[in-house]
Amino acid sequence: MSNKIKVAIIGPGNIGTDLLIKAMRSDVIEPVWMVGVVAESPGLARAEELGLKTTADGVDGMLSSMQTDGVQICFDATSAYVHEENSRKVNEAGAVMIDLTPAAIGPFCVPPVNLADAVASEAMNVNMVTCGGQATIPLVAAVSRVQAVTYGEIIATVSSRSAGPGTRKNIDEFTRTTANGIEQVGGAQTGKAIIVINPAEPPLIMRDTVHCLTEDEPDQDAIINSVKDMIIQVQKYVPGYRLKNGPVFDGKRVSIYMEVEGLGDFLPKYAGNLDIMTAAGLRTAEMYAEQILARNFIPGRA
Amino acid sequence: MNLSGKKITLHDMCLRDGMHAKRHQITVQEMVQIATAMDAAGMPLIEVSHGDGLGGASVNYGFPANTDEEYLSAVCKQMKNSKVSALLLPGIGTVDHLKMAVDCGISTIRIATHCTEADVSEQHIKMAAKIDGLDTVGFLMMAHMIEPEELLSQLKLMEDYGANCVYITDSAGYMLPDDVSARISLARAELHPDTEIGFHGHHNMGMGIANSLAAVEAGANRIDGSIAGLGAGAGNTPLEVFVAVCERMGVETGVDLFKAMDIAEDIVVPMMDHLVRVDRDALTLGYAGVYSSFLLFAKRSAEKYKLSSRDILVELGRRRTVGGQEDMIEDLALDMARQQGTL
Repeated sequence: MSNKIKVAIIGPGNIGTDLLIKAMRSDVIEPVWMVGVVAESPGLARAEELGLKTTADGVDGMLSSMQTDGVQICFDATSAYVHEENSRKVNEAGAVMIDLTPAAIGPFCVPPVNLADAVASEAMNVNMVTCGGQATIPLVAAVSRVQAVTYGEIIATVSSRSAGPGTRKNIDEFTRTTANGIEQVGGAQTGKAIIVINPAEPPLIMRDTVHCLTEDEPDQDAIINSVKDMIIQVQKYVPGYRLKNGPVFDGKRVSIYMEVEGLGDFLPKYAGNLDIMTAAGLRTAEMYAEQILARNFIPGRA
Repeated sequence: MNLSGKKITLHDMCLRDGMHAKRHQITVQEMVQIATAMDAAGMPLIEVSHGDGLGGASVNYGFPANTDEEYLSAVCKQMKNSKVSALLLPGIGTVDHLKMAVDCGISTIRIATHCTEADVSEQHIKMAAKIDGLDTVGFLMMAHMIEPEELLSQLKLMEDYGANCVYITDSAGYMLPDDVSARISLARAELHPDTEIGFHGHHNMGMGIANSLAAVEAGANRIDGSIAGLGAGAGNTPLEVFVAVCERMGVETGVDLFKAMDIAEDIVVPMMDHLVRVDRDALTLGYAGVYSSFLLFAKRSAEKYKLSSRDILVELGRRRTVGGQEDMIEDLALDMARQQGTL
């Protein structure tokens, strides 16, 4: 019998399917359910071919057998509008919810910065911020752990093809949620986020710029080392997370120029913005799973 | 060209696009002085905000001398006849900024996206269209990058969301008069007859006046420009010149020509940090199709990393960068400096 922790993915779209492919390679988790709302969804058909149980009746279609199937962790890759309801239901059924939507009802989680805290606090719902947040907040934190950052700003540039309808309909949610994450997880006193969508063909690989303004003169050597260490931590789950230039120091400004290439599992490689979300979500689930396997944590025990 | 009897609305950009040329350092006092003089000259509409629109204050684009709220509330209060507009780029500013600007007293909001990305404006245009009496404008930037048919489909999205006016924006100053005619005339033929059409030019190829005339001939009734051309790149269509041309051609603008000339000569030109003109780099913007506000960023990076600003701008054009990607410039300059062995 498999010793892996069983998980369900809610939302069989591009993100959910990419997550499924990644999760199937995991040593500690095993995807067993894919939940959708449209019977003809190609994502549901694909999941079924891969041996998962599927339902087109939303979370309700899985609830009755969730516990007998041993599902202890769920991912929500649907939309912020339905997330709260989904989360309440799976939490009641004793499973942890990892939120890939911008709903942000649980604490923000950026794995190399605060995943251990989220798991230690036994949070039953964690939110993965935004794609731009996952790509940049680790670097804001890398600077702020060296010295006080009064202002952190990020510019995420994504290819037009990788910006989905959800992001487009509510782009303000991206800028607000990312800015909050820069402050709450990145440790900047004030956060600012900008997103630019570029339609060039062939599509550009996701680029991210991080500007930090430090309170005192930047300790250049310490910041360079901290940034390099942080990049190595992110590369553990996103190998295509690369420093392009910097850190550049200009007075109290510290600027870091990054590129994020995805693994190309289901989504194209240029869509590093989507890949870093699914990879971070999976990394989060794996850490929860390790704690469950070590019997340090029983979801829903409280 | 016979434009006699046409009536158009001029929209001055000194206090928004002009912020680029002033590194966003125009003071509240200067804004009030210029806007008051324009009000007295009969300028119907004056745009006021950070160069990159509401919420543009940032390391990436530059921190302004004052906040958008300070600029807008100070200017709006002083206007007797002129109306005030603000620009908002989704991805930079949010609906919170929009509400703030409305509270300050703007009468026009312009929601700007790259020419292929109109759907990111849905949230903002829909909200603006619901605000009583707010003139809601969709503004498609870098419109030279796509063909007229594709541009039309994006303009229609903005019209569907509720914009009562849509703009074709030559952010790079790349278009020639035929490019303008093709885009405006198709839009005029296909959009709802009540939807107004505007044109926003940059003077990088010296085409500001010619392009604006082509736009009016093809059916545009709102024309952007700025007194003395104060704007990004080689500046916007110089409005005092355009007013003179309109007068000679019998186009009604309602703006007093001599007063407009005096504002240019006595107030705007003296406050310029550099003479806004078609210099080598500004011409390169137009020639290579690059977003006009990249100009000063490219000059600064060229100086810092001992490069040619023209080389930087040409490469930015080759990579098909879009508005807002100012962060690419230092990144690219570092790559170029490394390649030439000076880093």
